[in-house]
Amino acid sequence: MTMKISTTLNGESVDFLCEPNQTLLEALRDRLGLTGTKEGCGSGDCGACSVIMNGRVVASCLVLAAEAEGAAITTVEGLAKDGVLHPLQQRFLEHAALQCGFCTPGILVAAKALLDANPNPTEAEVRLGLAGNLCRCTGYDKIVRAVFAAAADLRGETVA
Amino acid sequence: MTPFRYLAPTSIGAAIDALKASGGTAKLLGGGTDLLMALRARRYAASVVVDTKRIPELSGVNVRADGSFRIGAATPCSVVAADPALSAAWPGVAESANLIGSVQVRNRATLAGNLCNASPAADSVPALIAAGAVAVVAGPGGERRLAVEQVTTGPGTTALAPDEMLVAFELPAPAPRSGSAYLRLTPRTEMDIAIVGCGIALTLAADGTIAAARMALGAVAPTALPVPEAAGVLVGRRLDDAALKALDAVARAACRPITDKRGTSAYRIRGAGVLARRAAILAASRAEAQP
Amino acid sequence: MTFLGGQTGQRVVGTRPIRPDGVDKVTGRAIYGADARLPNMLEGRIKRSPHPHARILRIDASRALALEGVKAVVTSDDFVDLPAQEVAAGDGSMDFRSLSLNLMARGKVLYEGHPVAAVAATTGQIAEEALDLIDVEYEALPHVIDIEAAMASGAPVLHDDLFTAGVTPRPEKPSNVAKRIVFAQGDVVAGFAEADVVAEGRYTTEPVHQGYIEPHACVASWNADGQSLIISSSQGAFMVRAYTAKLLGLEIADIRSVPAELGGGFGGKTTVYLEPVALALSRRAGRPVRLVMSREEVFRASGPTSGSVAEVKLGARRDGTIVAAELVFKLQAGAFPGSPVALSGMCALAMYDIPNVLITGYDVVSNRPKVAAYRAPGAPIGSFGTESTMDELARKLGMDPLELREKNGAREGTRTAYGVVHRDIGFLETVRAAKEHPHYRAPLGPNQGRGVAAGFWFNIGGESSAAVNINEDGTASVISPNPDVGGSRASLGMIAAEVLGLPAEKVRTVVGDTASVPYSDMTGGSRVTFSIGTCMVGAAEKVVEQLKQRAAMLWGISPDAVEWKDGAAVPAGPNAGGFEPLPLAEIAAKAGATGGPIGATYSTKVQGAGAGFGVHICDAEVDRETGQVRIVRYTAVQDVGRAIHPSYVEGQIQGGVAQGIGWALNEEYIYGPDGKLQNPGFLDYRVPVASDLPMIEAVMVEVPNPRAPFGLRGVGETPIVPPTPAIANAIRAAIGKRLCSLPMSPPKVVEALDGAGG
Repeated sequence: MTMKISTTLNGESVDFLCEPNQTLLEALRDRLGLTGTKEGCGSGDCGACSVIMNGRVVASCLVLAAEAEGAAITTVEGLAKDGVLHPLQQRFLEHAALQCGFCTPGILVAAKALLDANPNPTEAEVRLGLAGNLCRCTGYDKIVRAVFAAAADLRGETVA
Repeated sequence: MTPFRYLAPTSIGAAIDALKASGGTAKLLGGGTDLLMALRARRYAASVVVDTKRIPELSGVNVRADGSFRIGAATPCSVVAADPALSAAWPGVAESANLIGSVQVRNRATLAGNLCNASPAADSVPALIAAGAVAVVAGPGGERRLAVEQVTTGPGTTALAPDEMLVAFELPAPAPRSGSAYLRLTPRTEMDIAIVGCGIALTLAADGTIAAARMALGAVAPTALPVPEAAGVLVGRRLDDAALKALDAVARAACRPITDKRGTSAYRIRGAGVLARRAAILAASRAEAQP
Repeated sequence: MTFLGGQTGQRVVGTRPIRPDGVDKVTGRAIYGADARLPNMLEGRIKRSPHPHARILRIDASRALALEGVKAVVTSDDFVDLPAQEVAAGDGSMDFRSLSLNLMARGKVLYEGHPVAAVAATTGQIAEEALDLIDVEYEALPHVIDIEAAMASGAPVLHDDLFTAGVTPRPEKPSNVAKRIVFAQGDVVAGFAEADVVAEGRYTTEPVHQGYIEPHACVASWNADGQSLIISSSQGAFMVRAYTAKLLGLEIADIRSVPAELGGGFGGKTTVYLEPVALALSRRAGRPVRLVMSREEVFRASGPTSGSVAEVKLGARRDGTIVAAELVFKLQAGAFPGSPVALSGMCALAMYDIPNVLITGYDVVSNRPKVAAYRAPGAPIGSFGTESTMDELARKLGMDPLELREKNGAREGTRTAYGVVHRDIGFLETVRAAKEHPHYRAPLGPNQGRGVAAGFWFNIGGESSAAVNINEDGTASVISPNPDVGGSRASLGMIAAEVLGLPAEKVRTVVGDTASVPYSDMTGGSRVTFSIGTCMVGAAEKVVEQLKQRAAMLWGISPDAVEWKDGAAVPAGPNAGGFEPLPLAEIAAKAGATGGPIGATYSTKVQGAGAGFGVHICDAEVDRETGQVRIVRYTAVQDVGRAIHPSYVEGQIQGGVAQGIGWALNEEYIYGPDGKLQNPGFLDYRVPVASDLPMIEAVMVEVPNPRAPFGLRGVGETPIVPPTPAIANAIRAAIGKRLCSLPMSPPKVVEALDGAGG
């Protein structure tokens, strides 16, 4: 029983078809070709599939695609605007906050949601805010530093 | 996941009708953080999944004129945890909601799901029991109310009929000079299931002694475990070392834990005593800070 | 090769440019194995054994094949029945027969999750349904999980043809002990007789998984003419090609293996689990097939590294001179031989100069998934026992633990127990840098303790290649044959840029497929920046020779009269002529008129890897009531030779430490009495999350390796070696009790606190 779902995806109206038992992650990757969102566990334990849904970061492997009806969704593909990287993306590059890069889309999305809600977080708040996103390469050190740098950019405190 | 139909009713009545029509093969979808995993792992199948999040009465945290609270069953934990009035009145409930899973999970998971999934280790349940919370259950014949500790009957089982659904929690207004807390033990700082959890609510008398106490433990019995003996050793006393020692002892005595991959029975029992003391101290300090 | 360079005077090496593949990875455009799609692609799934040990009596796929949408089923019949044949692979060796049997069971299943069949269908859901329709009849056999139980007489024997190697006479009966190894020097009996102080202990570790976030994934496409394409995430496209050809009986030239981006490997992707299966399915179905593991499959059937038992005894004179060491290691290999027990033995004491050493090791099979390499395979197991015992030895001697390590530290000419003589090593410099670090003297808070530990990893070279091509606008495109696990595209491009005299951003590195660049061994052994870097220097130097020739042609002078300086040709001296420097871009623009394209490949078997030593300082805080351990400060000092891109060197150190912390505190494979893994997911297999860790300070000591470009050393593996003992030593300092069993999870810490021992 295929369903038609209407969403606002990365700022654009997007309709897609899905089965009721498909997850939002499957719809994004297999129906919409947005493979930036990754599957690391399929159980909500790694955060690689993080997307922002109606302003809140969620694990898209634990969301039914059908639940996205009428929702606004941001994926990693929606972070850069008009070819200009989001400050988080830029600072992740400058701080070498990624190694294999597989967790990176989910971490960027989670970090954006974190900074949208809390523009000036403490180290503990950043670490707790990203605790749902596993990274096995970096030990998180450079990720935390990159998030701080991006937060300063977004607060307008950084001189370019 | 095996195939199922997806329904998103906009009223409690329509949801109950869907449950009824399915003849017991429907599953309610709140945040989905347990349900979708179970469906994917084929721990159970569903012919229809009924999404509760589009029912207006099931969303939000409302404080009523008498200071009591109604928490809609489909309210995500992050909303519960961030609610300023609830955090002031029942900090133990708010902090338990703030410990479930990760941010991603809390943005979806609900207290109703946490309860009805009926895991012995559910974080919010001991805190809700300590708060004296009541579950509002709707069914074909109307609403009924159950104390939270009466909802689960064992691991994975509840007292709800197949055509009933939990629609809200009601929490009383806390008495003056009350404080609550929830603490848990996990190997990691986040993203873990409680090896043991403890929710406690205390009310102080004018002379600084404890006037009322409710405590419940998680992950030490087939369901979250109220420990009425806590009141017995605390009420009428100050929270001094002797009282804490007695509390530690009744917490440990109440435990009926298993040994599994998450923790040994001995460790759980020991942890229950430690958490009872620490949660009591935290709750008392919160009570003292009340006007 | 002439341009190995020194430690100073470089313009690119040592800077921190943005990696060439960075933007793809922060925008979601990078294509990993599971992201690849080919036209008309099918989805594959693998049917796995529910038993830890059983005979396969019958496999009947007829019901599955009758399901609409099912296009192919394969079993072991689709793979070549190979004889045992051991070949070199990465840090160790591998056997093709084991590889084949592990990939698809033949006759017997040896662990829960062992593949018995695979299916390809038009959708993943149909493929999953089909798994239930493949009927497999088993005869369950007794199983054995624990290592010492597997060694005991009367244990269920996994392989009837496995006779312990390395003992004479050859055993009469097969057993689960695949091999016994011995490293010896001097006379340990005499050594211990000389010792005034002896410290000893028995240490155990549990299997831990590499825990890469990307599950194994590939797409394979077999064509009617026998040629095929494999796109996969692995640590070596050439490895995938060779192994797939061998297991399916194909010719190597018929397989093109394309490396997708690699979402973490840590050694766990130095082998194949999926690619030959996907290609076998594709061969039967005539359509491309994608195979992606679930996380549960990753835990049940890939990796992990060995669990172990170690017995360690160290003897020293009262002045702290260690005179004897005796070590016994027993390592789980999983279902097939091949634990890194030899590497545990070799690495355990390689930091020290000890005259009398006896190291014995046993490689033991049991009904667990076959182990795979994991970052410095075996070395952390070696260091946990020896470096914990070193700490006890220091306590008994009343000596500062870093002074004990400095006094006995390996230096130029130190002969290791396995026979290699250390050359140009920086262990003592690393110990001294740790001693001088402010962390080592910083005050501790209540319930906190400080531990130190040292570690060693060989680093390797191996067969390697690189290509450097000059583009017509004066930029350079360079090709690495090795999957990039942590920024090697950046470091390799920087090495080429340094030789060519170009800025880093004028050189772009891509990872080539097996048809675009000559052969190279896998990404592993901390070899890529060293080995491919060596080839990159070789290729870039060949290019520089060509550039000089072209300049000479344009100037009408002899090539001998041209020098290459700062990215331009210059006359070698006043006698060569009064020419202005001719920049690379101008030579490139005229390439068509001076002989055609400018480019070179360079291939060699690289040798001379510089050993890596690390010394770590860890502060741990223990909750005495709950046993919870928090790492509050961590400093990792390491001799990196020369940091080509310091950010990625720091990143390797920080990441290795984080994995070590997970290994130390919470990660473990948990089995039930039924022989089944109980925690095959990230919820209960507890890798560290961001809030579990402090900032990790990486201190880079630079003692150059004279046999490497710019003096560099491999850096990726050493940092996982010291953490487990450093943390154990910190806990020992905090609570006065020694934990000898990993993971040091809260229940074990509580047990130690409650226990009478010390």
